[in-house]
Amino acid sequence: MRRHPLWLAHLLHRISGLALALFLPVHFWVLSLAIRDTDGLNRFLTFTDLPGVKLAEFGLVFLLAVHMAGGLRLMALEHLGWTTRQKSLAAGAVGVAVLISGTFFLKAI
Amino acid sequence: MNARTKEMQVSVWRGTAAGGRYETFAVPEQENQTILDVVTWIQQYADPSLTYRFACRVGMCGSCAMMVNGTPRWTCRTHVKKVVRNGAVRIGPLRNLPVIKDLAADMDPFFDKWTAAEGRHHPGISRADPVQQIAPDNPGRVVANAGIECINCGVCYAACDTVAGNPDYLGPAALQRAWTVLNDVKDTGGQTVLDAVSGTGGCHNCHSIGSCTTCCPNELDPLAAIAGLKRETTRAYLRGRRDA
Repeated sequence: MRRHPLWLAHLLHRISGLALALFLPVHFWVLSLAIRDTDGLNRFLTFTDLPGVKLAEFGLVFLLAVHMAGGLRLMALEHLGWTTRQKSLAAGAVGVAVLISGTFFLKAI
Repeated sequence: MNARTKEMQVSVWRGTAAGGRYETFAVPEQENQTILDVVTWIQQYADPSLTYRFACRVGMCGSCAMMVNGTPRWTCRTHVKKVVRNGAVRIGPLRNLPVIKDLAADMDPFFDKWTAAEGRHHPGISRADPVQQIAPDNPGRVVANAGIECINCGVCYAACDTVAGNPDYLGPAALQRAWTVLNDVKDTGGQTVLDAVSGTGGCHNCHSIGSCTTCCPNELDPLAAIAGLKRETTRAYLRGRRDA
């Protein structure tokens, strides 16, 4: 019952959304360092050069890309009525996400 | 029974709304055998107290839907060979509905929602008027035709994870019926339908997971119908704001 592409696309959209919601407070915290603690920000930027952090950034970009592509897929499905192409769109959403995050990852290493 | 006859292990839900458990029966395998055949064999040869529902046995009435290995299916058209895993099958009552007894689910909530979604004809003429002539290629008729083969089996309703999480949600079958009525050029209840499907539990609760379309035994597409309702209710809302 749940072994079909749209269910997996739904799951991926939910998980990426939740993960991004958890990331946002950290994101704003780092931005706040630029205003109130410049040295702290510099230390954090040095920390982001570590390979493990680069790998985490790859995951973050993947989440952003897959969530955006998944959201566009849903909007197209519901507002443009592309129902016969939904599986292709779901697969395309993942493909675009992998492409963008993969490119970022390759540039980083 | 012939000693050489192979048997499969069939777990069947036994109980009521108050609770129950799966009971396993050894059922002889046949070359051609549906899940409904299996359930009938159990009732006739193993336990006559087993309760289940069926009528036509040929995929027309929509009475015999059950959960088979966790997936809702019309059991009269589901061959055992298609679903058996390691010689075993698990059969339960339809998901998302109260259980009356054993495999018979209470369909009242399903049909109540059909009514709540205004899934009925809203006539615009009387018997004294001439019969309306509708061309088969009329665009509204074509869209309505896509959903009229629904047999009310409840498979899509049982497959829907949104119904599972939100008991107020009207569900795929009722909404698809509303979409059919909305596109029927003989129907005059358009705004009534849109009002019925845009409130609490309406079409905008749908997460577009698509299990309804995946599981529909008649290969209908409730997901597309609900997407259509989302578009039309949104359009009606924007039109209302513009006219205000």
